Amino acid sequence: MIRDITLGQYYEADSVIHRLDPRVKLAFTVIYIVSLYVGEGVLAFALAASFLAVIIILSKVPVSFMLRGLKSIFILMIISVIFNLFLTQGEEIFHWWIFRITKEGIRIAVRMVIRLILLIMGTSIMTLTTTPSRLTDGLEKAFGFLKIFHVPVHAVAMMMSIALRFIPILIEEVNKIMKAQQARGADFENGGLIKKAKAMIPLLIPLFVSAFRRADDLANAMEARCYHGGDDRTKLHPLKYRKRDAIAYLVLFAYLAAIILLRIFTSELIKIVP
Amino acid sequence: MNIIEILNLVHEYRELDEEGNEAEALRAVDGVSLTVEEGEFIAILGHNGSGKSTLAKHVNALLTPTEGTVYLSGMNVAEHKPIWEVRREAGMIFQNPDNQIIGTSVEEDVAFGPENMGIPTEELLKRVEVSLEKAGMAAYRLHSPNKLSGGQKQRVAIAGMLAMRPKVILMDEPTAMLDPVGRKEVLETMHELNRQEGITVVFITHYMEEVVDADRIVVMKDGKLVMNGAPREVFSRLEELEECHLTAPEVTRLAAELKKAGLDLPDGVLSVDELVNALCRLK
Repeated sequence: MIRDITLGQYYEADSVIHRLDPRVKLAFTVIYIVSLYVGEGVLAFALAASFLAVIIILSKVPVSFMLRGLKSIFILMIISVIFNLFLTQGEEIFHWWIFRITKEGIRIAVRMVIRLILLIMGTSIMTLTTTPSRLTDGLEKAFGFLKIFHVPVHAVAMMMSIALRFIPILIEEVNKIMKAQQARGADFENGGLIKKAKAMIPLLIPLFVSAFRRADDLANAMEARCYHGGDDRTKLHPLKYRKRDAIAYLVLFAYLAAIILLRIFTSELIKIVP
Repeated sequence: MNIIEILNLVHEYRELDEEGNEAEALRAVDGVSLTVEEGEFIAILGHNGSGKSTLAKHVNALLTPTEGTVYLSGMNVAEHKPIWEVRREAGMIFQNPDNQIIGTSVEEDVAFGPENMGIPTEELLKRVEVSLEKAGMAAYRLHSPNKLSGGQKQRVAIAGMLAMRPKVILMDEPTAMLDPVGRKEVLETMHELNRQEGITVVFITHYMEEVVDADRIVVMKDGKLVMNGAPREVFSRLEELEECHLTAPEVTRLAAELKKAGLDLPDGVLSVDELVNALCRLK
């Protein structure tokens, strides 16, 4: 059962966004984050939101899936809204007991909420539309230039993909050990925090022992299959840029340019009309 | 032609004490000589700790000998460089199916070996397809290995070996963690590959039922080779097998008991059919 879970939050669908090279999506993620902080004012946020909306529609990922990611940061958002709202100095528009709300506070709070929502949704596009193995391939290629500085890019990517493969196996193992220890009278549910933490020891030790044994086996299996690092290694599905990737890059840079222009334009405007 | 030639092999596991001095040396393999012919299906039988896995790991250079030499296709395994030229000649299947699958999908895993060998992409695709076909796993090409049964996982591992086009496949107790169905699947696949592709198979196990169809059986005990011969010959030496903590299949033991009781039966009966035939001919 537990082996069926998909890792990360990949949503399977056949769309243009899914087919894009992972490097393009990586670039999108970075550029989108930058654009949210470069952009200022209603127009910029409207542009960012509609750009994201178009991508979501193209990706065929249901909006409910997107919103699910927002749930986890909801509390964080509420807390920062409250702080910004009540603690910002400025022109007072509401005052009751020790609470005061200022015009500037409202502006900052609203801006922050919009930014956070767009940020979470924008960054989840990549993980929702890219399989973990394509993602690691993309990261390996995108950061390949670091090899000049002796960063073991291939080794890190290989470790990531092995970790991804073994997470479900280790989860299953945890369940198995837990049941075995419970059958011997271990109690994982009752007691305070310290008692619970102590109860984890008989779980963690066998897990570590078995993880090391697995690592040893895996190393042998990899060596037996001629593994000798990333040099001269070929790929079954090498990453290759296609026409759609070039178009996507163009759109992406056009978007960034628009955001920057908008920023320059609006700040000029503010200078002219203070 | 001999594809594997093992000459006087000794392997010692050294245990170091806290100061880093040698405390104890355990002889896992103790002066074994063995030759395997190309195209042979040879089984290595032995109880736990008899040194059978250690012996096999010398053939693809996962271990280096303490003494003695191993030749594979004429290469001196311990000294040949680069080492992966040795390893692509002799693939190895391990006991735990989960711990030898590296790819996140079946096809990616099968491609792992040839990817390391630097095979170009087009050739890779072809090899993956052909290997999966031969191992009978073509229908699962895009599946996640986590969802397969143990027997299927071992067949994926076999396909992964085939994609490297080895001459020898070493199987280190590949059936130990499988259910009876999975065991049969793996065994049948290997026999088919041996017959049709001419791949030399070295099959390590402690289940005697699995080796009745082998061309030759080698029995190991405490790091030494104690028996070497055709299944019938080995299976007729029941008492010696008992000393090695190996139990012959029930039919073989039954036939031996019947013979002791005075019936005129051949030695080393391998299958139920054989015993039935022999019994019917008695009158």
